[in-house]
Amino acid sequence: MISRLTQLVSVFAAAAVLVLGAAGAQAGGIAPKVIIDKSKGECVLPAEQMKRQHMKILKHRRDATMYQGVRGGKRSLQACLSCHAVKGDDGKPVTIKSEKHFCRTCHDYVAVRPDCWDCHVSVPDKAAGRAALKHRAGTMRAEASGLIKYLEGGRK
Amino acid sequence: MTSHSPDTRVDEARREFMKKSAAAGVIALAPGVTLMTMSSEAAAKADPKKRWGMLIDTTVCKSGCDKCVAACKAENGWEAKAGSPTDPQWIRKVDVKDPKTGFAMSLPVMCQHCANPPCVDVCPTGASMKRADGIVLVNRHICIGCRYCMMACPYKARSFEHHEVPEEEKAPWAPRGQGTVEACTMCVHRVDAGGIPACAEACDKGAILFGDLNDPDSDISKRLASGPSYQIRADLGADPGVRYARLP
Repeated sequence: MISRLTQLVSVFAAAAVLVLGAAGAQAGGIAPKVIIDKSKGECVLPAEQMKRQHMKILKHRRDATMYQGVRGGKRSLQACLSCHAVKGDDGKPVTIKSEKHFCRTCHDYVAVRPDCWDCHVSVPDKAAGRAALKHRAGTMRAEASGLIKYLEGGRK
Repeated sequence: MTSHSPDTRVDEARREFMKKSAAAGVIALAPGVTLMTMSSEAAAKADPKKRWGMLIDTTVCKSGCDKCVAACKAENGWEAKAGSPTDPQWIRKVDVKDPKTGFAMSLPVMCQHCANPPCVDVCPTGASMKRADGIVLVNRHICIGCRYCMMACPYKARSFEHHEVPEEEKAPWAPRGQGTVEACTMCVHRVDAGGIPACAEACDKGAILFGDLNDPDSDISKRLASGPSYQIRADLGADPGVRYARLP
């Protein structure tokens, strides 16, 4: 009985240390805390290098895409978005309009507004834009195939 | 004019170095300092040996049908209100009639992907560009929205986006944004993936034939060799990659 009690107390103590420690770190550090989900694998570079060089990598990739047609893979913007998507209250990835968006956590803090998202979609593929477009394209394809069937039927 | 074509010559020593670097992936220069090389996980698709083009058969293209336009809108996420002078228009249907004979025909007109594009000549920033495979694009990362290219284009192929593009209308493969010029990209994202443009796919009459003009064995080259075809305003010398024909 006593041993169980000591166990329980030690567990609570450990939990309290963790909570206090986390709170202390948040209060002490001035830089924003970036949440990184490592379950999807490693980033293209170690975190320290990504902090400094992510815009250089994006810029290099942007030129490779425009001039040479290099698309997809781990260094594509969509790959960045799919790993770093932050889910909102509705369970869907948040857009750049939300302060919780991965890019905004730091860029708001340093008062830099990246204009990538004026043109690029700020949520992973399949989430917002693609679903809508796919739906539109799907309906159109269905309409077209219906028309073809109708015309071919008429010919016979 | 030829000064715009990219230099395709390769420095052999440099190529060897790059090959070795790519094999190494990351080169360690000193402890904790690494030189990162871009690995070949995604390959370049703009092949300088190719020249993409289209052949439009005006005998089967019908007035009133706008499937190609609708497909382009759905693929690239643009919308144009009827009669609006400023809304984007990547492709449009044009009905022409000879007033003397009454002969009428209908044809789609989009960016003609010229070999000597006037839009590229006038661009002050280099945003208006021609890829190695002949596809003419706007690099909107460096476009300042001056619209000189729109003035220079004899085909009225380019548009300016005046409004903010809502998040839900953005297509990940075809980014569009306020304050930049845009035009038909020959569905470059599809072409890079080995596909054909959305308009060519959507035309159920097969009026739009897409292919490599440089390959004599391609369907488009064979059909071009078998009968007459025309470039719009060929007299301007821009050498469009989109050709029109009344095919037999």
